Amino acid sequence: MLTRRTLLAAGAASAIVPIEATWHTAAATPKGIFVMAKQIDDIVSFDPAQAYEFTNGEVDANCYSRLVRPDSKDNSQVAPDLAASWDVSKDGKEITFKLKKTHKFATGRVVNAHDVAFSFQRAVKLNLTPGFIVTQFGFTKDNCEQLLTAVDDSTFKMTLPKVQATSFVLFCLSATIGSIVDRETVMKHDAGGDLGNKWLTSTTAGSGSYQLTKWAASDSVILDANPHALKKPVNHRVVIRHTPEPSAQLLALEKGDADVVRDLTSELLTKAKANKAYHISKSGQGSITYLGLNCSVPQFAKIEVREAFKWAIDYDGIVNNIVPNIYEVSQSFLPVGLPGALKDNPFKRDVAKAKALLAKAGYPNGFEITMDHFNTAPYVDIAQAVQANLKDIGVTVNLLPAEKKQVYTKMRARTHQMLLSGWGTDYFDPNSNAQAFCANPDDSDGSKLKILAWRCHYFDPELTQMVEDAVVELDAKKRLAMYGKMQELARERSPFVFLMQPIATAVMGKGVSGFVMGPVFDDTKYAEVKKA
Amino acid sequence: MRAFGAVLLSVPVTLFGLVLVTFLIGRVMPIDPIIAILGDHAREDVVAKLRLELGLDRSLPVQFVLYLGRLLHGDLGNSVMTSHSVVADIGQFFPATLELATVAIIIGVVVGVPLGVLAAVRQGSRTDHAIRVFCLAGHSIPVFVLGLLSLLVFYAKLGWAPGTGRIDVAFEGMVPSVTGFLTVDALLAQDWDSFWSAVGHLMQPAGVLGYFSVAYIARMTRAFMLDALGEEYVTTARAKGLSPLRVIWRHAFPNILVRLITVLALSYAGLLEGAVVTETVFSWPGLGQYLTVSLLNADMNAVLGATLVIGMSYMGLNLLADLAYRLMDPRVL
Repeated sequence: MLTRRTLLAAGAASAIVPIEATWHTAAATPKGIFVMAKQIDDIVSFDPAQAYEFTNGEVDANCYSRLVRPDSKDNSQVAPDLAASWDVSKDGKEITFKLKKTHKFATGRVVNAHDVAFSFQRAVKLNLTPGFIVTQFGFTKDNCEQLLTAVDDSTFKMTLPKVQATSFVLFCLSATIGSIVDRETVMKHDAGGDLGNKWLTSTTAGSGSYQLTKWAASDSVILDANPHALKKPVNHRVVIRHTPEPSAQLLALEKGDADVVRDLTSELLTKAKANKAYHISKSGQGSITYLGLNCSVPQFAKIEVREAFKWAIDYDGIVNNIVPNIYEVSQSFLPVGLPGALKDNPFKRDVAKAKALLAKAGYPNGFEITMDHFNTAPYVDIAQAVQANLKDIGVTVNLLPAEKKQVYTKMRARTHQMLLSGWGTDYFDPNSNAQAFCANPDDSDGSKLKILAWRCHYFDPELTQMVEDAVVELDAKKRLAMYGKMQELARERSPFVFLMQPIATAVMGKGVSGFVMGPVFDDTKYAEVKKA
Repeated sequence: MRAFGAVLLSVPVTLFGLVLVTFLIGRVMPIDPIIAILGDHAREDVVAKLRLELGLDRSLPVQFVLYLGRLLHGDLGNSVMTSHSVVADIGQFFPATLELATVAIIIGVVVGVPLGVLAAVRQGSRTDHAIRVFCLAGHSIPVFVLGLLSLLVFYAKLGWAPGTGRIDVAFEGMVPSVTGFLTVDALLAQDWDSFWSAVGHLMQPAGVLGYFSVAYIARMTRAFMLDALGEEYVTTARAKGLSPLRVIWRHAFPNILVRLITVLALSYAGLLEGAVVTETVFSWPGLGQYLTVSLLNADMNAVLGATLVIGMSYMGLNLLADLAYRLMDPRVL
């Protein structure tokens, strides 16, 4: 019998059913559209002269060409991209690049040497956060137009103000800041002499596989194929959806609403691995997680105490129990994957040895210390594990969890005693981390170089000199050997306990292939991703 | 109306206080705003240059006066996180929250008020107990648990609802933004596929938030109605032989409206500000998420701007509630 109640229920259901039916059929992403779920709230700007975060760096790598890129087959070399070849003068101060004529901007115009010169001059003149990668060679606003020049349409010449290792220069040019922008298009959007910086914040003007169509902060990034790309991408559109919750990412993959997900936790990765339909791409990242001991603390001024800490930590226990799948033990300042990185891990937990070293340093009963660390996962758990490990050798660690930038502020003011932190390499060259962890030519407050060694009052003239020597060594092999030696010395005596290296993982859904990552975000390519 | 005028006058004073407190909190935090902007890797020359550019080398009072000056010209500065002006960001994020909160409060009112009335009328019955348990669950289960459960059941298992985000990927970027309300914009564009996709994506987060509102509104409605039903005028109405429905809806209910409006206004304001967890779970790019990310990154221009908008929303809703009192109850002056 049709009652009023059943009629109302049926009416309500009929309003829902048609919509439900359409959602039910959505079991895969649309053809030709590659969908990725990722946390993308780190994006600040897509301007290559400003981009310094992971997601925008990765997107720029897919939208811009560069003179050279890191060689994915041999990490001690760079591979040509826009450059067909390059010649280096005998003194190493002049590098002349011959350009290919095959790369075209989205406007259809061929990339030429004037675009290359403009892009580098622009990076120097703007001198935004990543600007130092280029200005460290000695380029300034005043000299860049004379030293970074287009000889003709297909020849670009870079004259270095001082001698630099060629491999160092080339690796730096392979960074995001080395992306070549469309000079004509960019200058049409110059606002008050900003060289198009404001405009390029939320668009792109490159000759890569894709161009940025839309960026809605903390929502989505949409890329469409560059119609004049050298090689037509498999998918005409890439949609990156901001999905901050890892569980929601995995659900999207399971339901076919995402082709690739990027930020699964250790537990979710284990679950994803159990599904045979999924493929997992992973790569060690150019970052290192470390303990920094401030040498202004009397205990840490003693090398035996620093060494004791290195033997006290249970590296394998931390990685296997707290961060399986997403970290690996790494005990050098160069993460595995970067040129010259040492792959061995000499330190194992040895409580007796650590205690003996503490006793030798004059602290047989240990001491009390504070440790600043980020208040987010997995740092909280790692900090507690470090605290427990050090307790076993008699050192009482009082934990000071804080917001990430609060920890950075304290470290830059050199007011920490000990900290747990991470450091990502600035560019694909060993100098980036060698300088950060070893170089401190002036330990005073007025120093011009205030990176990690300075921030921990680690004043080591020998290592500092080695960093300076390596950066001007023209023999590439000899240069890499120098970084090997530096890593060995830094392991022994620096106030840094190198713990582990993050492993980036991407889980590809059913039928998806071709998503490959490398040690730096620039190696992640979207153009080759295939869907069944 | 004199009292209402006083309320209106208190708005700029309250806003000034809000700006002052938020500004001071931002500046006394143990985070160097320049490091927050440039990051840990920034070199000293770039740090020094930006500190000068932003006037952070000046005294705190001078910085505040300069900020107020810009604020009076409608300039909230630029966000560190997005590189856009905070005004533009709010224009993007606030409509998403407003759309979500509005649907949630509609669910809260349409379901919560009748449930509260029903529970009060049938006080002590099984219906009352069931409604109270339903409300207790809605109020005590954390929103992120409800959100994830909802995704698991309605999206993953049953397939009745779409996943996270505001619209299906196929329609991403298809609707021109006019109002910022995706459903409305899709209607304006007469793009029915996008409209239904947006409605579908809205239903789950709005349902979770709506359940939270229902729980609160129903509990308060029940309490107000129990008070009203115990009044002498209700006994009189019943003694006069009026039907139960007439007693409830024409005599008791109008007398709880003034108090209920306060609850609804505060509940709506709470949804505008407090939807952050729901927004995170459902990848909903709203103001709560913007504020949280900005706070975590010490992006003080964005934090100040978003706080100001939320504060103004609170005050606006309070003013509306005050106006509504006067319309509902002639005794209120």
